[in-house]
Amino acid sequence: MLRVRDDVDTELVPPAEPGGPALVLVPPPAPAARPGYSVGVWGMAAVITTEAFIFLALLAAYFFLRSSSPAWPQGGLKPPELFPAWIFSLVLLGSSVPIFWGEAAIKRGRIRVLQVALALSFVMGAAFLANEGWEWAHLDFPWTRNAYASSFYVITGLHGVHVLVGLLMNAQVQAKTAMGKLSAERHVSMQVFGMYWHFVDVVWIFVFSSLYLSVRA
Amino acid sequence: MATITADAPGYDDDRLEEVWEDEPGIPGFLTTVDHKRIGVRYIVTSFIFFAVSGLMALVLRTQLATSNAGLISPTTYNELFTVHGTTMIFLFNTPVLAGFGNYFLPLMIGTRDMAFPRLNAFSYWIFLFAGIFFFTGFAIGHAPSGGWFAYTPLTDRAYSPGVNLDFWGLGVAFVGISTTVGAVNFIVTAIKLRAPGLSLNRLPVFVWSMLVFSFMVLFAVPAVTVAASLLEMDRLFHTSFFVPAHGGSALLYQHLFWFWGHPEVYILFIPALGMMSMIIAVFSRRPLSGYVWIVVSLIAIGFISFGVWIHHMFVTGLPLLATAFFSAASLVIALPSGVQYFAWIATMWRGVVQLKTPMLFALGFLLIFLLGGITGVMVSVLPFDYQVEDSYFIVSHLHYVLNGAVVFPIFAALYYWIPKMTGRLLSERLGHLSFWTMFIGFNVAFFPMSILGLLGMPRRVYTYPSGLGWDTLNFISTVGGFMFAFGVLLTFVNILVSHRRGRPAGPDPWGADSLEWATSSPPPDYNFAAIPIVASRHPLWDQRPLPVAASGPDAATAALGPEGAERRTTPFTTGLRAEPESTMTIPGETAFPFVLALGIAVLVGALLVTTALGALVGVVILGVGVLRWAWRTGEH
Repeated sequence: MLRVRDDVDTELVPPAEPGGPALVLVPPPAPAARPGYSVGVWGMAAVITTEAFIFLALLAAYFFLRSSSPAWPQGGLKPPELFPAWIFSLVLLGSSVPIFWGEAAIKRGRIRVLQVALALSFVMGAAFLANEGWEWAHLDFPWTRNAYASSFYVITGLHGVHVLVGLLMNAQVQAKTAMGKLSAERHVSMQVFGMYWHFVDVVWIFVFSSLYLSVRA
Repeated sequence: MATITADAPGYDDDRLEEVWEDEPGIPGFLTTVDHKRIGVRYIVTSFIFFAVSGLMALVLRTQLATSNAGLISPTTYNELFTVHGTTMIFLFNTPVLAGFGNYFLPLMIGTRDMAFPRLNAFSYWIFLFAGIFFFTGFAIGHAPSGGWFAYTPLTDRAYSPGVNLDFWGLGVAFVGISTTVGAVNFIVTAIKLRAPGLSLNRLPVFVWSMLVFSFMVLFAVPAVTVAASLLEMDRLFHTSFFVPAHGGSALLYQHLFWFWGHPEVYILFIPALGMMSMIIAVFSRRPLSGYVWIVVSLIAIGFISFGVWIHHMFVTGLPLLATAFFSAASLVIALPSGVQYFAWIATMWRGVVQLKTPMLFALGFLLIFLLGGITGVMVSVLPFDYQVEDSYFIVSHLHYVLNGAVVFPIFAALYYWIPKMTGRLLSERLGHLSFWTMFIGFNVAFFPMSILGLLGMPRRVYTYPSGLGWDTLNFISTVGGFMFAFGVLLTFVNILVSHRRGRPAGPDPWGADSLEWATSSPPPDYNFAAIPIVASRHPLWDQRPLPVAASGPDAATAALGPEGAERRTTPFTTGLRAEPESTMTIPGETAFPFVLALGIAVLVGALLVTTALGALVGVVILGVGVLRWAWRTGEH
């Protein structure tokens, strides 16, 4: 089954030690039909999995607190305005579109398109973050007020930190692109950043539904 | 066509060593990314924590040896049992398994390093700094004293003022980073870096168990990170998650904690089971019976373990329907453990058992695990649990499981794999002596506790009055504790002595079947000059001579041969069938992991004393480190 080749450099064959298994050098097996994802993509997939469970635990805690409270929001607190939140939620979700666009572009080697897409996505993400800052500044309760207030600040805050990290990653990919490090063949940082950014956007759907929509139901 | 035999004369690995060698001295120490060095560090560091934490347990047992004893104050007692439990779970059991995984997983799957060597170094430094951070509290006399699970409201600021509990809360969140990063690394390594032909159905059981371990970590650790982080938010920044007066819930803490806490028991247990499956098969001189059943059982335990956490909360007043469901699930989880038990018995039955020290520890494990498992089934039954909750019966049960069924396999693993790590065999005589001392000591220490529990002795009491019929059993238990400790000491002595004077082990002293025995002992820095090609579940038994691959012309196969090792590359293979897919470059030494971990340590330290400036410094080190690191990654 295993064929043997006789044109290899015997000097490179590792020695079999006494008592150890004898080794025999054979030709390499046939490669897989199609190249797979890089190690970075696999790693990011695992990171996203565990990150998702962090948000899952926080949202579970949110609903646990809610189900064990007589009224929600506790203490008659007023949740943030819905209208701007809707607008900027759409902006954040929309910021994934240029990322798809940029990924498709870099696969064909179109650097300029990627740069524009990254910049557009960056502006949309930054706008979302700015709105969140504005929203925090205009809430009429501090996080110390009660468990509702605490959970609102912590969950939106943690998501905001993720958006911020995403923006930093975006800037980094933008810089690498400008320095000509990305190509149609090799653009792992863009792939990895794209995965992360889509994840941050998808998480927002759950955060928004729980903290903004369901709180009014 | 000629067969090239491997013992070709004149082979000299200087060229490879030059490429792979770490810098000598301190710089190399701080910057290495070699999974073997990191693995040894993990094991040594966690055994230091094991020894310290074990000595604490001896102090506790001495205090309890007689009634009305006054060796230590109640506060010290609380601190000692808190630090003992926390250390054993977070700083010994989890990282020691990660250490074995680090050292042996790449060797078992026939590759040259982990998938993320730098992250691997990073997770070790995080573990070390978190351990130091946690023990700082103990050293400066502010050890946490809220139990290893730190239940609220006892641990809220109101009832535990001072920094004591912050060492626990921040330390737990801190070390969680290490465990999580390690898990990501194990998963990608085990799925993508396997030698050609090492398809999933041929994977050594220990690698399977590390995979299940890692997936469980990804799902479970976030819960304890959230629990500890929210607790610290409550304590440091005055949020109200667990403060009932402000709409919080103390029960929420328990849910979050145990949603991690019970899977964690199996997170520790599953790699131990994987070790047992490998060791029992080798010392029975036959392939493992029921390989597929064992693997399916490991995965089943992983799944079911997420549906049993409420059994830690049976007496918190949850609805009967919920507790009954979790009681049933806790009974069901005994089934996959039983399947493995019978598979091991079948393996030994049909094989020829060799009573070497690793096998002795494995047999000891079987007996102890039987008792731990049976008492586990007992406490999963609601009425029985109501009776023994918070009694010494639970202390006995959890030590039978966590000390017996996890530490005995770890000792079996030490005796089995240390010859690979050092190149020298351990003394069998001292090993046998150590085993019998530990085994008898263990049962003398922990079996009386179950009777004490049934007699009504509660957990976490620093002393007890005489005349309750507890004195004799407590005294016996303490004697057993010291005996167990002496047995552990014998193994330490054995390791130290054999490290210098042991007989040379040779590459494969046990005649084992898996790939880690195909390279020299200790393995060279590059593990395998040429990557083995696997065609069997037991490559070293079925494939003689063992085929190793030459490098091919394309990117998919370029890394296979010694030429690949010379370029510091290792092959990347497909997830299921392990066909060569592409080539991965293994990064060289770097100081980033150390610096980054230091940045996080500064941040955590700043949170402890709540200094914004310190936190800023930590964040800056962290941010700059991450950006620089990510920047360089693209170059590979």
